[in-house]
Amino acid sequence: MTSPRALPRTSENLLLAAAGEGSRAEFRGVVKDYGAHRVLHGVDLDVAPGEFVSLLGPSGCGKTTALRVLAGLEQATEGTVHLGGRDVSRVPTNKRDIGMVFQSYSLFPHLRALENTAFGLRRRGVGHAEARRRAGDALDLVGLGHVADRYAHQLSGGQQQRVALARALVTEPRILLLDEPLSALDAKVRAQLRDEIRRIQLRLGITTVFVTHDQEEALAVSDRIAVMDAGRIEQIGTPEDLYLRPATPQVAAFIGLSSLVPAEVVGGMARLWGHALPVQVPASDGPVDVFLRPENLRLVGDDQPGIGAVVHESTFLGSFRRTVLRTDDGYLVRVQHAASEHVDFGDTVRIAVTPAPVAVRPHRSEYDDDLDG
Amino acid sequence: MNGLAPRPLTRWIIGGVVGLLFALPLVSTLLFTLQDGDGYTFARWAGLFDPAKAAVLKPIWTGLGNSLLLALVTVLIVLLILAPTMILVSLRFPALRRSFEFLVLLPITIPAIVLVVGLAPIYQQIGRTLGTGAWTLAFAYGITVLPFAYRSIQASIDAVDLRTLSEAARSLGAGWFTVVTRVLAPNLRPGLLAASLISVAVVLGEFTIASLLNRQVLQTGLVVVNKIDAYASAMFTLMALAFAFALLLVIGRAGRSQPGKNRS
Repeated sequence: MTSPRALPRTSENLLLAAAGEGSRAEFRGVVKDYGAHRVLHGVDLDVAPGEFVSLLGPSGCGKTTALRVLAGLEQATEGTVHLGGRDVSRVPTNKRDIGMVFQSYSLFPHLRALENTAFGLRRRGVGHAEARRRAGDALDLVGLGHVADRYAHQLSGGQQQRVALARALVTEPRILLLDEPLSALDAKVRAQLRDEIRRIQLRLGITTVFVTHDQEEALAVSDRIAVMDAGRIEQIGTPEDLYLRPATPQVAAFIGLSSLVPAEVVGGMARLWGHALPVQVPASDGPVDVFLRPENLRLVGDDQPGIGAVVHESTFLGSFRRTVLRTDDGYLVRVQHAASEHVDFGDTVRIAVTPAPVAVRPHRSEYDDDLDG
Repeated sequence: MNGLAPRPLTRWIIGGVVGLLFALPLVSTLLFTLQDGDGYTFARWAGLFDPAKAAVLKPIWTGLGNSLLLALVTVLIVLLILAPTMILVSLRFPALRRSFEFLVLLPITIPAIVLVVGLAPIYQQIGRTLGTGAWTLAFAYGITVLPFAYRSIQASIDAVDLRTLSEAARSLGAGWFTVVTRVLAPNLRPGLLAASLISVAVVLGEFTIASLLNRQVLQTGLVVVNKIDAYASAMFTLMALAFAFALLLVIGRAGRSQPGKNRS
């Protein structure tokens, strides 16, 4: 990470240097009810100044509601939210000093990109000329100085979200809130803008809360991720933590691309296809389901321990292949392997599990065995 | 083009017949005002501004002044009461939208004559408190224009993502007043403009309520003058129609040519 203050004196860097240090954001026991329906069951979360935290979870898990409570767009039924150490639960949105980028395109259609960006500054009493100058700097920061005179309908989706980002950042808010800002964009633009958001966030040092249902997005940019499910935070940790040491089966199921296979825990080790695998979260002896990630499995020669399988489908993904197999005991699993190990539909192969710790959950008889998950 | 659209020739015939139907009385009226013995003259049109006729035409000029004031107050009612209420309903109480719409469209189903029966005692009270000025009719007209104004404003509201725009503006530090005046109103402009112009057209076209409540407006003035000078009344009628036609053209244009249009 580069320190913004060491950079040459360009207008962009001056904007960076003027940016604040970021504020602490806290949820304390936040409960949110819609009528009789409880969508947040006591959320506690502490976001350090300058930290980038993602709220990750399936749709309906309460992640957007949590962000909206932080923004003041929803009122918590119980509990409080704090910004910069101050309880802001009763402070209206427009007084919270936040910057927010929305899922749907939110540029004001009647204003040009520059006027959109200057809107927040004007509301804070910044003079016309000064606001335009700073808005121009902010557009340069997101690489869109050349479209300052365009209206929203003259910009692509990615450009609109960039302008929205510039508009949210130009007021140097205490916290940046991102409500699935990338979900309306196509894959390539999404990855670019994702990395750019992270780059800008690191340079500005602004506290950021990012809501997404896309685990890949969250893993790529976050300092920490809070995995949410059914209105609760299941686990908070670094991307590595969540991937390697999921605290609950829900987290294991949500992070990474797992296949579920039944196994037996004996003496703290999962017995599967002749392997004894250490389990990530201690489990009592008995039947379990093992989460197998594509990189946990490899193709092996016929003489090695493992299990036979038939190739179901094999996808070329550039540097590697991802192959779906049906094992001889009848389970669908994914294997990630070198592109040079060519396999075709119907081939019989042999697979083994690498001896890394695996996540398990108590065995369920019926399977939500969707390979798209 | 789908298979149900008529062929160009058929379209021209239909358009011609309908156009003729509307043009016939108008052209006849115009010829009536121009006729002088066997020839035609503009003398009567010039005579409208003849001081000698001022006494005869006074009800029309008074009525016109009253009507314009009335139109202004009615437009204010639409812009300051109906429009903010509709924004409030769509942002805060979307569940009420159906019943609100029913309520607002109700006046179109009630004949003016029936409305007057209910309005008469109310206007007695209004007469005592606010005077008998013609502008007080705006309260009644504010009701009768509701269905038309509602339709045009709602079309604009449906075309804009009010919720996201207002939340974005609030997150940038705007209070509710600023949100409505600086962000929502400019984006609802086509609808607000159309609603205003339609309100003006309704105010200038309504006769029953004004007449039965004994208020002097353009339309009642025309009837009074018609009994003395049929030509003058015909000329003003033509001018009122031309004005209403121009208004409709402007309304049609208001929906188009917007910088923020065609968002995708």
